[in-house]
Formats: sequence, structure tokens, C-alpha cells
Amino acid sequence: MSNTSSTDVTKPVIELRRIYDVFWRYAIYFFGAVSFVILLLIALFILREGYPAFEKIGIWQFISGQRWDVADSAFGILPMIIGSLYVTVGALVLSVPLGIFSAIFLTDVAPKKVRKIIRPAVELLVGIPSVVYGLVGMLMLVPAIQQIGQGSGDSILAASIVLAVMVLPTIVSITEDSILAVPNAYREGALALGSTRWQMIWNVVLPAARSGIIASIALGMGRAIGETMAMIMVIGNSIIIPDSIFSSARTLTGTLALELKYATGIHWNALFATGVVLFIFILILNSFGILLLRGKTK
Amino acid sequence: MEIKILIRDLNFYYGSCQALKSINMDIYGNKITALIGPSGCGKTTLLRLMNRMSDLVDETHIEGRMLIDGQDIFDKSVDVVNLRKKVGMVFQQPNPFPMSIYDNVAYGPRMLGTHNKRVLNGIVEESLRKAALWDEMKDNLHKSGLALSGGQQQRLCIARVLSVDPQIILMDEPCSALDPISTLKIEELMIELKKDYTLIIVTHNMQQAARVSDFAGFMLLGELVEYAETREVFNVPKDKRTEDYITGRFG
Repeated sequence: MSNTSSTDVTKPVIELRRIYDVFWRYAIYFFGAVSFVILLLIALFILREGYPAFEKIGIWQFISGQRWDVADSAFGILPMIIGSLYVTVGALVLSVPLGIFSAIFLTDVAPKKVRKIIRPAVELLVGIPSVVYGLVGMLMLVPAIQQIGQGSGDSILAASIVLAVMVLPTIVSITEDSILAVPNAYREGALALGSTRWQMIWNVVLPAARSGIIASIALGMGRAIGETMAMIMVIGNSIIIPDSIFSSARTLTGTLALELKYATGIHWNALFATGVVLFIFILILNSFGILLLRGKTK
Repeated sequence: MEIKILIRDLNFYYGSCQALKSINMDIYGNKITALIGPSGCGKTTLLRLMNRMSDLVDETHIEGRMLIDGQDIFDKSVDVVNLRKKVGMVFQQPNPFPMSIYDNVAYGPRMLGTHNKRVLNGIVEESLRKAALWDEMKDNLHKSGLALSGGQQQRLCIARVLSVDPQIILMDEPCSALDPISTLKIEELMIELKKDYTLIIVTHNMQQAARVSDFAGFMLLGELVEYAETREVFNVPKDKRTEDYITGRFG
């Protein structure tokens, strides 16, 4: 009875800290909503600007058209879709094995000291601006490819290699995390049966980390399709359907960056329609990756 | 009685910390040997030396000898992969792989190069039968091993060990994560298995050691204080410390 104020739980209290609590609750709702609304507005804006192109040209015509000629008002983005697809697939062919093996090296093979140096180094790759990758590609890779292949050296091969390096950190770090998340009990169980180290990694650890590895590939792919600057610098940008890895090509993002400055009318709309196509590609890839990552943690 | 494992003057160090102190022990074939003692006394360390799982820890140091069938397993010529195939291990936490029951049991033989479907089916059935799991599981072989109960998972892990045809089975507190009924089933299984295998178990459960083991070793602070037939250790312990531990005065 001596301390009623702290034992009575029903009494309504007005205190400054409660007002703060309510204030912050709504403030946080607001900030959360703002970032979502920004995304929505961007999507709506791109759709609004791109819609006339879909209407006049026809969605199927737009996507499957093989000719993109501004002077002739021909807007088909098939060459660019194929260009983007080729460099993305090319980049993944190079970076997926490299990335997965690097991750295995870091988690199950490398001594701790080595791991402490390599892991931050790989992550630092993310921080390098993409122009720098483009520059290195332009000055070193393109001339080298010119020497061995036919053509100018500006090519799908150059773009794929540059992109592979750029995507590598995504694949390495997500794969590494999912390999580290595999319980040690699985490793011990496999070794105690007389597995070699390699059998343990290949037959037990990698399958257990599978969903994380696939997610890393999907997210890396999303990054690859969106990459613009470095691609423009090494791919040659000619609007053709490429017929070899030494062929020049153009990407969806490259078209936007190169032409938006001077575009008007239907050309402008067609560029935004290209943006819509890109937006949908990346949305699908990222959702796929995020769903897989989430599924794994359950 | 045939001596399966012969341990002489064994010292083991983690860094500069001595975990085992001049252990001398003869472990007999087709018997169940229990290692008992309070936490941190070195019984799991000793167990994990027997199939060199101790190699997984960095900066350790071994002195002395451990002979399995007359072969010193610390010798440089010993291949740990073959050693571990011969000396299987069951862990404290059941650790089936995240794959089907069938694939869990077939993992070992496949890894050793058996891919013939008929042969594999035979090994899977025989191993599951020996682990007293076949009748429960024969219609659900493609269910995930992780969907089983704790006791079933542990028996699946035992079946997995049996699939590579070991001679010795090490069990590190195999029942500590299980309920009493599952524990009883595993204990019955151990007694069944000693006809064909040599079993060494680490346990915190005195009754379990008394119920299932033929020989018991009491360890304390890295020393093997007393080692004899289980009956003797439990009824007429020679060392005061053993008696104190068994009667529950410490530990």
C-alpha cells in the first residue's frame, strides 16, 4: 500500500514519453510509406511515358521488332533484348563458377588469415564506380580482344568479362553466407562416414546451400541486366542482332543512356517503353532471388 | 576377448591445454564400452580421437599410441578417410542430411562408388533393418530425413553409419537429445548391434551406462580414473572419486 502509483496498472497516465511513443510510431509509418510511394511514382511515371509507344507500335511488335531506326520511326527492341541477354548470360557463365568456387574456398578451404584478407577485398569490388570498370575494359580488354578476334574488340566478350567481375561480389558474398549457414553437423556427419573433403562439400554442403546459391545468381543477374555505363564503353553499341561473341551489340540500358538526351515524341515514348521492359525483367529476377533467400531462412 | 583398440600413454593437448593425461586402455571387440564422467573431463575428446575427428580442430598435439587392430591410427601412413569408414560415429544431436531417408542411407555407399540401384536398395534395406527402422519407414523412404522425430532421426543416423560397413561405432551422448522411450529403443539397438560391432559410448546418464555397457571407464580432468567391467565399476569401485561420482556426490 505504500507505493500505489507504481502498482496500479489501470490508471491512465499522460507522460511525455508516451506522446513521443505515439509520435515516433506515426513518423516511422510515414518514412516507410515515403520510400514505397517513391518506388510507385517512378513505376507510374515510366509507364505513363512509355504507354503511348506500346499503343502505337503494339506490345508484341515492340518487343519482337528487329529494326530500331529513329529516322524511319521503326522501334523494335529485339536486338537490344538479345544483346542484354547475351552479355548477362556471358557474365554468368564466367562469374557463377568463379563465384561459387571462391565462396567454397573462403568458407571451407582457406585458412582464417587468408579469408580475412580476401573477403573484404571481394566486397570492395562493389564500391568501385562502374565507369572505372568500363575504363579498364576499354583500355585493356578491348585491345586484347581486337588482337585475338575479328572486329574492333568492342564486343559481347569484352562486355561479359567486365560484367562478370562486377557481378562477382554479389555471387561470392551471398553464396558464402549460405554456405556458412549450413550446420557444421552436416559436415561432421559426412566426414565421419569417410567422405573426402571434396565429397563433403559437393554432396552435402552445396545441396544444403542450394537455395542461397540460386538466389545469389538471380540477384547477380538483376545487377547484370541493369548495368549501363561500363557496357556502353566496351560493347560497341551497334543495333544488330549479334552472331558471335566477338560481335558488337547494344543493351537495353545502353539505348536509354545513349538516346534519351535528344529524343522527342514517339522516340521518347519508345525509350520509356524500353524502361518498362527492363523494369519488369529486374522486378522478376529480384523477387525470385529474394523469395529464395527468404525461403531458406524459414 | 579380443582387444579391438589399444591405447598406451596417450596425451592430448588443445594448444597448451592438456585435455587427456596418459590414458592407458584396452577396449574389447563386440562389447559396449561406456565412458562416463563430468562435463569437460575429456571423454568426448578421447572418443573423437578414435576416428581422428579431432583433426578438425586446429593446433592440437598428440603423444602416445592408439592401435586399432594392431595399426597405430596416429601413424602418418594412415588414411583418415579409410579410418572413418571403419570407425563410424553417431553424434549427440541427430544430424541426418537434408535429403530423403533413402538418400541419407545411400549416401555412404554412393560416396564409396556403389551406384547400382539393386545393390543400393539392398544396402539401404539391410541398414535400416539393423537400425530397427525398416518396418516404420519402408513405405516412406522418399520422405525427408528431417521430417522424422528425434529418436527416428538418431536411428536413421545409425543406419547411415551401418551402410558403410564399419567395425567400430562411436556414440557421443546419442540419447541426450531424446525422450525416454526413444532412448530405450536406442539402448535396445545398441545391445543388438554389439553382436556385429564394437561400440563405445559417451554418456552422462549413469543408469544408461549401467544398463547397456559391458565395460565402463570413469574419467576426471583428463585422467582415466578407473576402467573395468561395468559391474565392478558400479558395485565395487576401487577409487574414492569414482564412488563419489557414481553415488551422486559430485558431477
